[in-house]
Amino acid sequence: MPHVAIQAKGLEKWFGEGEAKTTALRDVELEAYFGEMLYIVGPSGSGKTTLLSVLSGVLKPNSGSVRVEDVDIWSLGADRLADFRLNKIGFVFQDFHLFPRLTTAENAAIPLILRKRDWDECIREAINYLEIVGLKGRADLPPVKLSGGEQQRVAIARAMVSQPDILIMDEPTASLDGDTGNAILSFVHKNVLNPNRCIVVVTHDNRIFEFASRILHMEDGRLTTAEKGKA
Amino acid sequence: MKGILKLGFKLLVNDKAKFTALILGITFAVYLMMFVTSMFFGVLNHASANIINVGSTIWVMDPYVESVSNSVGMPNYVLDAVRSMHGVKYAVPLYSGGALVKLADGNYQPVTVVGLDDTSLLGRPALLEGKIENIYAENGFIVVRDAEFSKLENPHIGSEFELNDNRAVIVGIAQVATSGLYGIPTLYTTYERAIQYIPNPRFTISYVLVEPKSMDDIPQIRQQVEALGYQARTKEEFMKRTEDFFIYKTGGGINILIMTAVSFIIGLSISGQTFYTFILENLERFGALKAIGIKSRDLIGMILFQATFTAMTGYGMGVGACVLLIWLAKLRLPSYAAMLTYSSLVIGFVMVAIIAAISSYFGIRKVLQIDPFSIFRG
Repeated sequence: MPHVAIQAKGLEKWFGEGEAKTTALRDVELEAYFGEMLYIVGPSGSGKTTLLSVLSGVLKPNSGSVRVEDVDIWSLGADRLADFRLNKIGFVFQDFHLFPRLTTAENAAIPLILRKRDWDECIREAINYLEIVGLKGRADLPPVKLSGGEQQRVAIARAMVSQPDILIMDEPTASLDGDTGNAILSFVHKNVLNPNRCIVVVTHDNRIFEFASRILHMEDGRLTTAEKGKA
Repeated sequence: MKGILKLGFKLLVNDKAKFTALILGITFAVYLMMFVTSMFFGVLNHASANIINVGSTIWVMDPYVESVSNSVGMPNYVLDAVRSMHGVKYAVPLYSGGALVKLADGNYQPVTVVGLDDTSLLGRPALLEGKIENIYAENGFIVVRDAEFSKLENPHIGSEFELNDNRAVIVGIAQVATSGLYGIPTLYTTYERAIQYIPNPRFTISYVLVEPKSMDDIPQIRQQVEALGYQARTKEEFMKRTEDFFIYKTGGGINILIMTAVSFIIGLSISGQTFYTFILENLERFGALKAIGIKSRDLIGMILFQATFTAMTGYGMGVGACVLLIWLAKLRLPSYAAMLTYSSLVIGFVMVAIIAAISSYFGIRKVLQIDPFSIFRG
């Protein structure tokens, strides 16, 4: 029996009030396990990104709970929640969100810097992870000198550098061409996923479904069907 | 925190165009403000030149005197009365007035004539050439060597000229601590000669210079002088009154206030706008930092550090530019009326601190408002 990494119960989330009220999550329940690559898929506006934000401690639900490694994350105060994200979760954003004025290594080192570790040590570790993601010799370049695929690899290095238990990937292939997207997810599946890590991917790109352990379908704020992935 | 501040530093200085604009904006604002206030403080200092140079502890004058250069004559009995007051060690008359000197080339040059008490010569300047006792020689005058010296055709000991149709002979060349404000040369002579050479109204004593027996006697001297219908002011009070006259009654103060406000607005608009744009351009990335797990206080610390670093660098460069320009100007014009004071430095510092505070306030507000969820929404 695999260990539960994330357990969500009765998640409800809506935006606005009265006539402007839009419900994004309706009684969502899910479990994500260590060692799996869980895909949440569905059409635009189905609530995938909202669910990802709630699971990762970024967006507070109106009701329900999220437990990560048996900790109810939404019962934590603001500072402890920030610490939780910093220490437990790695984020790969859709648009990478790399700082163009920093070098690739400095970008990748950000989670370690935010942990207030020694600057040089952070950069050394970031360079190691850049080598792992195949960006050896690119540490001193600014992100704008890199291709889209390479920038996504920097974002993955940044997410991995603090060795998080959970990796959150939001539309990781949205800004990439098909081949590059496929290569990135293949790399993540082979090199980032391990028995002590859970990866949650939100996507509507069916070209990368082959790397999923499980696929949860979302529609209109509800998890509708679940299927086993090919990986 | 050190690493986060270094991160903030790199984010700031690596954006060279914006960083340069920020620094130049603050440097220019500080320079402008410092220069204007330095000019003003310099002018105030020169306006009080006679008070500083004569150096008497107490000045007795007509109550309507607003600045040292605009004296109102007092009758001789005031001098006698003051001399007999309790607490007065000694008191002497001082004459201060204007006259016209006819130069060798036939041109006329206005001068300030200071008439020193014949007995004590209290308030006499330090001599560079000549002997002070020669002031008693026939038609003897001492000329001050300052920036206006050349207007008397660079006189030397023995030079002669006409002063209000009287013969005058230079018997000494002096230096003083501060040059006058009005750009005219200064001559020293005895009190009796001054009132003899210069046409005067009925009352000839411009000021009575008083030395108290002790500083504790000043209040009672002040009271006794007031009972006489006149005013006794200490050197510092008289300088303050002269400065107030220039600040409040000549428009100078308002002009300085306007210039300071303009430089503040320039600095605030350039650096505030640029800093805010810098924050806006990085807003999504700051949002990403929040999602990753930066704490609000660390983010505030980073932005405050960026604003403070920019402000202090601009402040240093602005002060440096001002000092350099005043130094260059004084190489050419030794009595150039600009003086960098602690007040100027403090005013400039406070102004820059306000600019940094306002700029960072709007930046911090914007960054704290951003919802990390918006990063996911794209």
